[in-house]
Amino acid sequence: MIQGILGKKLGMTQVFSADGSRIPVTIVEAGPCTIVQKKTEATDGYNALQLGFMTKKSHRTNKPMMGHFKTAGQGAFSCLREVAADNIDDYAVGDQITCDILLKEGDIVDITGTSKGKGFQGVIKRWGFSGGRASHGSKFHRAPGAIGMSAWPAKVFKGKKMPGQLGNERVTLQNLEIVEVRPEQNLVLIKGAIPGPNQSVVLIRKGAKVKK
Amino acid sequence: MNVIDYIGMEQMRKDIPPFKAGDTLRVHVKITEGDKQRIQVFQGVCIKRRNNGVGSSFTVRKVSNGIGVERVFALHAPTVEKIEVMTVGRVRRAKLYYLRNLQGKAARIREKRQN
Repeated sequence: MIQGILGKKLGMTQVFSADGSRIPVTIVEAGPCTIVQKKTEATDGYNALQLGFMTKKSHRTNKPMMGHFKTAGQGAFSCLREVAADNIDDYAVGDQITCDILLKEGDIVDITGTSKGKGFQGVIKRWGFSGGRASHGSKFHRAPGAIGMSAWPAKVFKGKKMPGQLGNERVTLQNLEIVEVRPEQNLVLIKGAIPGPNQSVVLIRKGAKVKK
Repeated sequence: MNVIDYIGMEQMRKDIPPFKAGDTLRVHVKITEGDKQRIQVFQGVCIKRRNNGVGSSFTVRKVSNGIGVERVFALHAPTVEKIEVMTVGRVRRAKLYYLRNLQGKAARIREKRQN
């Protein structure tokens, strides 16, 4: 069984549950993905399937990549990701993976995406520091303050929380619930928010922390 | 139409009567107690209506035993059995928050003249 599928985040809305409460959902267009390459224990040292998602015009694809896509015979893809699979022999290069193969209502999944980039941010936004008071003659507003001790240890410790790039990094959210799957439109409704802006690619995997 | 709007549209109800802030409403709400279901009626003045597709909501205010009670309903919620418009009010605001500071006679709302 393949362990994940690629999707495109479309945005958020809400659905009503049977008891009338609102459930916030993120709509993800999951698949169809094409198997572009099979990685096996014999050749690569591990079992995985390389999935292609979102078609790309062939004249925008360079020749080496076109050669890579050729065996699958489904055109070029703008997004390639490897996904683990148990019984790799059941799949052939060129097969389509759709969301209903993998997901059903009530499943628990993990979502991996790239979070929204916030640029270079200070410690208040990035790490939640309190900052100083704004008025009453205070000259200490949003600065980080002291970053270490004195003659000992005579250095700033590694991992000290400082200003820097916030967001635009790989983020995985675990234990999200599938509210609905619509195979005919390739749509998956996931409870709650997921990382990244709309139209970004996310990887939906089976929940790693689900008790079997 | 984009997918987000479409999924919202599917959830929306078509049987909602037109009403505005200032109207007196009777809202029939389904209440589930254990496995039994009954209908409770909440009657009062609609003091605000928020139009936001499937996320639309409205607030109904009534004075019960001298205590003001406000209840927010999701307009398209399946638990709202029925909305009845009792009277159409004549008001000059979209949000009638000023009613919270008024009591008795002052808190009345003039009825709109029907032509």
